[in-house]
Amino acid sequence: MADIITTPHISGHADHHDVDYLHDGKGLKSWLTTVDHKRIGVMYLWSILFMFFLGGVFAMMIRLELLTPKETIMSAETYNKVFTLHGAIMVFLFIIPSVPAALANFVMPLMLGAKDVAFPKLNLFSWYIYMAGAFIAVAAMVTGGVDTGWTFYTPYSTTTDGSVALMTFAAFVLGFSSILTGVNFIATIHKLRAPGMGWFDMPLFCWGIYATALIQVLATPVLAITLLLLLMERSFGIGIFDPKLGGDPVLFQHFFWFYSHPAVYIMILPGMAIVSEIIPTFSQKTIFGYRAIAFSSVAIALVSFIVWGHHMFTSGQSQLASAIFSFITFFVAVPSAIKTFNWIVTMYKGSVAFNAPMLYALSFLLLFGIGGLTGIFLGAVSVDIHLHDTYFVVAHFHYVMMGSTVIAFLGGLHYWWPKMFGRMYSEPAARVACALVFIGFNATFLPQFVLGSRGMPRRYYNYLPEFQALHQASTVGSWILGLGFLIMAGYLFASLRKKMDAPANPWHSRTLEWQTSSPPITHNFHEIPAVGGGPYDYYRPVGNGRNA
Amino acid sequence: MDSLKHWMLGPQGSAYANDVDVLYMFLVWLSVFFFALIVFLTVYFAWKYRRRKEGVLTPNISHNLALELLWSIIPLIIVMGIFFWGFNDYVRASVPPNDAIEIHVTGKKWLWAFEYPDGTRTIGNLHVPVNRPVKLILTSEDVLHDFYIPSMRQKTDVIPGRFVDLTFTPTVAGRHQVFCAEYCGKSHSDMMANLFVDSPEVYEKWLIEGDPELQTMPPVEVGKMVYENKGCNSCHSIDGSKNTGPSFKGLYGRVEKFTDGTSITVDDNYIVESINNPQAKIVTGYEPVMPTFQGLLRIPEMRGIIAYIKELK
Repeated sequence: MADIITTPHISGHADHHDVDYLHDGKGLKSWLTTVDHKRIGVMYLWSILFMFFLGGVFAMMIRLELLTPKETIMSAETYNKVFTLHGAIMVFLFIIPSVPAALANFVMPLMLGAKDVAFPKLNLFSWYIYMAGAFIAVAAMVTGGVDTGWTFYTPYSTTTDGSVALMTFAAFVLGFSSILTGVNFIATIHKLRAPGMGWFDMPLFCWGIYATALIQVLATPVLAITLLLLLMERSFGIGIFDPKLGGDPVLFQHFFWFYSHPAVYIMILPGMAIVSEIIPTFSQKTIFGYRAIAFSSVAIALVSFIVWGHHMFTSGQSQLASAIFSFITFFVAVPSAIKTFNWIVTMYKGSVAFNAPMLYALSFLLLFGIGGLTGIFLGAVSVDIHLHDTYFVVAHFHYVMMGSTVIAFLGGLHYWWPKMFGRMYSEPAARVACALVFIGFNATFLPQFVLGSRGMPRRYYNYLPEFQALHQASTVGSWILGLGFLIMAGYLFASLRKKMDAPANPWHSRTLEWQTSSPPITHNFHEIPAVGGGPYDYYRPVGNGRNA
Repeated sequence: MDSLKHWMLGPQGSAYANDVDVLYMFLVWLSVFFFALIVFLTVYFAWKYRRRKEGVLTPNISHNLALELLWSIIPLIIVMGIFFWGFNDYVRASVPPNDAIEIHVTGKKWLWAFEYPDGTRTIGNLHVPVNRPVKLILTSEDVLHDFYIPSMRQKTDVIPGRFVDLTFTPTVAGRHQVFCAEYCGKSHSDMMANLFVDSPEVYEKWLIEGDPELQTMPPVEVGKMVYENKGCNSCHSIDGSKNTGPSFKGLYGRVEKFTDGTSITVDDNYIVESINNPQAKIVTGYEPVMPTFQGLLRIPEMRGIIAYIKELK
């Protein structure tokens, strides 16, 4: 923030408040009972990174199995469980909490100039609920596994063996964690902005998280209800979705996507939010079209609630419904286009540096471009009928979920790593890893577009010989991707073993989280900052000479 | 250009398939254009305005309403055009003409069964005459499946307790691939079928006589064909390995123990019973999951499968 108008000392602080948050309290207990948003963010970070690793191992197993048709390393039953766990872990345990619960938990109160989130204890409680959900999910994995796909479509999910009930319950529990985080962030943004910070003086990251939190609070209860109904049918034979019991299987799909389509935006909006921070910082330039980006986040959040039927063009829903859902779906293209061009144009006449976070943000622009453009194919009903449930869809949503959200998450992780842990990582190693992830990702998923348009259905253990060459290209790509992540884990862990060396503001950013020490003190700021001016005022000298 | 289209989308089986491909390829070129634009602008701005000196101030370009309207309205117009294009093709393809041949399709784990207007029934092979509209009326006996004919660019979910239709007018004779595209469990990826598009004469003759090979082939080979085409192979191995059902290897003459405590020496009649009424006796160690094939095998086919099992010692 350009102008922190430093107010005179409001009150004296006890000495321990000048200690950075990592050293304020020692031992496991001080972490498990903390109400500091930064520590909770860090606990979330390690939890989700572990889940990302687990989901990644399952992904590598899937690709390895698909190196040849028929059995390569595992049986069909095992394969079906592996792809289910890959999807369920990545969606519910990694991507959904990744940016909001881990990164935003840490940086958003700092960005707002607040001491903490609105409800610190609730914040800790959310983490415990997340951990409970994670343990239940792991219990489901080791007690028979689940082979339904992460979508739990009925009546397969109510009739198959395995720990479906336990896994469903895990997703149910995780939903509460998501809702409580959302409530907490909405309250924080409404009530805890620093004096002088109006809605349009917030960094755009906060707008993105605000839009995300709205969806979390409004959509997640629908998932809870759906999963509860599924559990009741599976455990007590109450007929809701299974036609044998008088239910309707398509009803489940309506319920499921009524949550899970908005959930797609729970996943992508935070990614967009991160990119909206990285690009101005590394371009040292005012963001282009602040209000357009802010409002398009909210627009995407609202439209996300009325497009769920585009997952169901082949489901037997009425043709009129398909037409309406197709029509509304295309409106998502507009805010997405606005954002993309605004980010690109922000670099115009800027001063662009190519540090690792910026390389991820630039990768995001290209990969989100492909993810968004291939979404247009799937919005057109006639083309979607051909592509639905093929590898084209698999490729498309990986470009959005991984190519966009996860790449932006990695950008954010590299961007805020010095702030979170007070240490710089090896920049050359980070650039190499970013390049490998970018190349490996494209090598893995570009061939899948062609596999899909040629008719290769998804969730196939076995496949026709004509598809083998493209499958092998994809599998080799996954090895490059895996190598990139190994290198990343290497230099990030290595940086933690160093002495603290990160300056308060290594990227010369103007937002508030960089105006305190790295890592921040427990209470974030020595004085509550008062704000005059926007978060991206790179056109004038820092603080007009008032502060550093 | 055509070879690119063929490489991306595979063979076409109908005029409608070409309509879908035209829109698909339009979208490909549209995406290539916009992607190239994004790449060009990103790389150009990033490189042209790369940081040469630390600590410089940059101009305050906060927004530009005309530009922002431009890149909102142009995409909006383009996507509205695409919506109408895709919707129009979809509606045209979903309305079956009055003279369509109606064939009933049943999906079950993990095979496709077909029933023709004259009562003929087949499994795994769907025969239709060329250049006549076909209306498939589909349902499922267990979980969701999805009947997908890539060369016709058509698919529909197949739902238990409900009938849905799928319409296409094949114009290319020969064999076309059918997949199950909705995940349905263990052998989902083997739940395939062949669509044979025949000349009208061949189709009429086939309805009466069945597959011509049946007349002249040795029974063991008929049995092998039945084994592969009618779905036996998704559950019964021929190499002795355990699968959903008992292996056929060494089955004939073996003593099988059943869950009700009885046992039997496998002979012709036991095989016939197991095919027509599979729940009558359940071999210990296996689940009672096999569907009935009553009325689905012609007599030479039944003889063939018995002969084939006898051969697998």
